[in-house]
Amino acid sequence: MINSGDTAFIIICTAMVMLMTPAVGLFYGGMVRKKSIISMIAIAFIAFAIVCIQWVLFGYSLAFGTDIGGFIGGLDYVGLSGVGLDGDGIPDILFMVFQMVFAGLTLAILTSGFAERVKLSAFILFGLLWTTLVYDPLAHWAWGGGWASQLGALDFAGGTVVHISSGFGALAAALVIGKRLGFGQDSMEPSNIPLTLLGGALLWFGWFGFNAGSELAADGIAANAFVVTIVAASAGALAWMGASWIYGKPSSLGMISGAIAGLVAITPACGFVDSISAIFIGIIAGLICYGALLFRVRKGLDESLDAWAIHGVGGFWGAIATGIFCIAAIGGVDGLIYGNVNQFIIQTIDAFAAMAYAFIVTYILALVVDKTIGLRVDEDEEYVGLDISQHGESIHT
Amino acid sequence: MKKIEAIIRPEKLERVSDALIEGGHHAMTVTEVRGRGAQKGIALQFRGKEIIVDLIPKVKIEMVVEDKDVEAIISIIKNKAHTGKNGDGKIFTYNVDSCTSVRN
Repeated sequence: MINSGDTAFIIICTAMVMLMTPAVGLFYGGMVRKKSIISMIAIAFIAFAIVCIQWVLFGYSLAFGTDIGGFIGGLDYVGLSGVGLDGDGIPDILFMVFQMVFAGLTLAILTSGFAERVKLSAFILFGLLWTTLVYDPLAHWAWGGGWASQLGALDFAGGTVVHISSGFGALAAALVIGKRLGFGQDSMEPSNIPLTLLGGALLWFGWFGFNAGSELAADGIAANAFVVTIVAASAGALAWMGASWIYGKPSSLGMISGAIAGLVAITPACGFVDSISAIFIGIIAGLICYGALLFRVRKGLDESLDAWAIHGVGGFWGAIATGIFCIAAIGGVDGLIYGNVNQFIIQTIDAFAAMAYAFIVTYILALVVDKTIGLRVDEDEEYVGLDISQHGESIHT
Repeated sequence: MKKIEAIIRPEKLERVSDALIEGGHHAMTVTEVRGRGAQKGIALQFRGKEIIVDLIPKVKIEMVVEDKDVEAIISIIKNKAHTGKNGDGKIFTYNVDSCTSVRN
């Protein structure tokens, strides 16, 4: 039976999560050079549009259709057949669209690995393949009745599905597409930090819908998810800022990156942990994600906007942290610090499996698109920037 | 006294600036400009139509220096801003009649 309060809540949460996709565009847009800001924002919208259509046609069915071997869903919901206005608590069609906005956001996060050099046409093909062959199976594993949920892996709002997949996917994509021209030699300073802060603010706001909404009901667990989301993000912001302060100045870019790291890490755990644990999860997320960024820079990897360092590494930590800090009083399951080693092992297996699958399959897909239609724009197009070369537009400053 | 005016690729500014400081020449004025040289902008072929990016973003560095430093400065800029392709820029040198400090 439909509950009107729950339905109202999830409709609003869905709209909030939708806003996170252009927010990722703004977050990334401020970090690239002036000649590619429009392209960076536009590609997030485009990612969203591709996934929405794919999701209605067959993506939702692959993720949530009848389980096939623990790996993928069947084709029972193709074209949303059987996905109606009734449901358990909320309408089935509302659950479908709530999941759709997650899928769109995930592809938008991955664009970090392509920043300032991907051919738009190739990205559209890649995006369609990626969401079908990487996102949909991972969503099925965690939430659609696949092997990870059968094993008892906990992923409240998508640490493996959204963050590990997009973060490690971005790293694989960046390795295939190669560094930007002049990377490591020329200055590539962020062109508009206020834009990044605005994107970060909208992400933080949308994340409440993302995490609290994942309860699919307006209840105490949703309220707990909301609270730990605030706490972990704040802890992450302060931890990253503090760590970067030691090496130089407490940059606003570091502060907001730390907040996002905290948000990522609390995502899988938010329905299972309390606020004190959320502080630890956020602090550690801020520190290890900052460490991952330094490692990436040292290795000369142009995973340009740090989806790997923040979403990949943060999501991995979050999945493990869920197994450490979860407490039966909140989510019904105890973790490592309450003596349940088993849950910690399950979380570790889940995180490693998601990481390996996302990295390997993304690498292969990127390679296939690169060898067929070519992933990368030519040198002149990259030099003048993707705003003009891909969209025929510029910000005229 | 000479004035050196160098128009270079924007992404090379940091390297050029660092090298100039290292050479003891730190005073400069930098402006973001757009322009075109002998290659008449860049023509991109795009879905059957041609897009000409006519005025390419550059930065202009202006420095007023002692005569004896001119060659060293030109050599630093040339060395650090060079890619060997069209659009690397130009360096102009002028005579300067006088220089008055506003502060004194």
